[in-house]
Amino acid sequence: MSGADWLALITTLQLSAVTTVVLLLLGTPLAWWLARTRRRLAVAVEAVVALPLVLPPTVLGFYMLVALGPHGPIGGVLQALGLHHLAFTFTGLVLASTLYSLPFMVQPLKDAFAAVGPRMLDAAATLRAGPWDRFFHVVVPLARRGFLTAITLTFAHTVGEFGVVLMVGGNIPGETRVLSIAIYDHAEAMDYASAHLLAGGLLVASFLMLFTVYLLNRRYALVHV
Amino acid sequence: MKPLVRLFPLALLPLLALLLARPALAEILTVAAASDLKFAMAEVVEQFRTDRPKDRIDVIYGSSGKFFTQIANGAPFDMYFSADIAYPRQLEKQGLTSGTVRPYAFGRIVLWSLDPELAATPMKELPWAPLRRFAIANPRHAPYGMRAQEALEDQGVWAALQPRLVLGENIAHTAQFIDSGAAEAGIVALALVLSPTLKDKGAWTLIPAGWHAPLEQGFVITARAADNALAAAFADYMTSEAARVIMRRYGFVLPGEEK
Repeated sequence: MSGADWLALITTLQLSAVTTVVLLLLGTPLAWWLARTRRRLAVAVEAVVALPLVLPPTVLGFYMLVALGPHGPIGGVLQALGLHHLAFTFTGLVLASTLYSLPFMVQPLKDAFAAVGPRMLDAAATLRAGPWDRFFHVVVPLARRGFLTAITLTFAHTVGEFGVVLMVGGNIPGETRVLSIAIYDHAEAMDYASAHLLAGGLLVASFLMLFTVYLLNRRYALVHV
Repeated sequence: MKPLVRLFPLALLPLLALLLARPALAEILTVAAASDLKFAMAEVVEQFRTDRPKDRIDVIYGSSGKFFTQIANGAPFDMYFSADIAYPRQLEKQGLTSGTVRPYAFGRIVLWSLDPELAATPMKELPWAPLRRFAIANPRHAPYGMRAQEALEDQGVWAALQPRLVLGENIAHTAQFIDSGAAEAGIVALALVLSPTLKDKGAWTLIPAGWHAPLEQGFVITARAADNALAAAFADYMTSEAARVIMRRYGFVLPGEEK
């Protein structure tokens, strides 16, 4: 593997890790709200959250390029503040990935939270556990399968991001050149050996990630209350 | 549930009908063309079709390298207009073409920016210009990107510009980066900045042809279109004076007219 390919691998892992952490912080309260609320608005929010599952990534990429560029609502405001717009930047990719991988974090968490049910929480409440205490000591342990699935799927899905980066990216080493772009680049340049190396590696790594999740899910299932 | 499942194959019938209703292949011409041709080719096709309104010509634009790979892997293109004549020649060597490769134009590159002052910057001074991102097409598979790299190397600023480069997938994608303002300047095809869509945007400076290898462009009819009469007719039209007039207007230098 060449130095440029290693850099693409590191960029990909950084992007996926940052996106997963951001989504864990944003997605957990959102999923909790979706699992508990009875408001009609929740249906619309759920539909918005699921949009990246059905939209082509190029749609998201196109709007991100427009929004993050110097004339867009996000990039324009930054420029007005004397900062730089976010097209072709790592930060821009993190923003795009957060939207792109949103359903992969929220949906498993929502299902897991819904499965916890009110009885355990009521029992904990009668034992004088506060809301935070109940969440961290009752909900989180019971929903650990959901967390494991959500984190893994979010990470893996972000690793596989392509269309969004192609639209917003600009193929900059160490900034926006992720593995999928590097593979595309090798294939276009007819360097099939390098393309195989990266593509094969990604295939194996993705399989191992999913395999581990399903394996752990089964294990947990056996001891699940 | 059950009856619905049984009905499901019926739903496929209209789809099948649609597939079968497609017109016979010979009346359709599918052309893969380099992105620098985006506007010029549209005009040539339009004029070609004035005498034959029933024929259908679909042109798909992209990077020449990408189309080369796709055709080598059996993509259903009848004609291939490359921005670098080396690609169709290689297809010819592999026996994937019908007839020989014909040159149709020499392309030129320009330094383009929405900011006229940046567009007037001498290439040698680019590393000190107030720009954060400089866009070129990907030199690994886009001929205009290769020539841009050569010109920057010729002027000794390639290494200094490295950290600021953004690479477009093809020359039209590169122009889009500059047009959106996301990249402050870049190197694109003369044919694009002369197009009606872009000609009033910003300013450009022609890059001397001597700073890079010639952008000799060639086209070829693929093996699958060997019996496609429309392909042969369009190939002849491309070398006719009517087509050359259009190509000249987009800044292309024509075979036999290079100085």
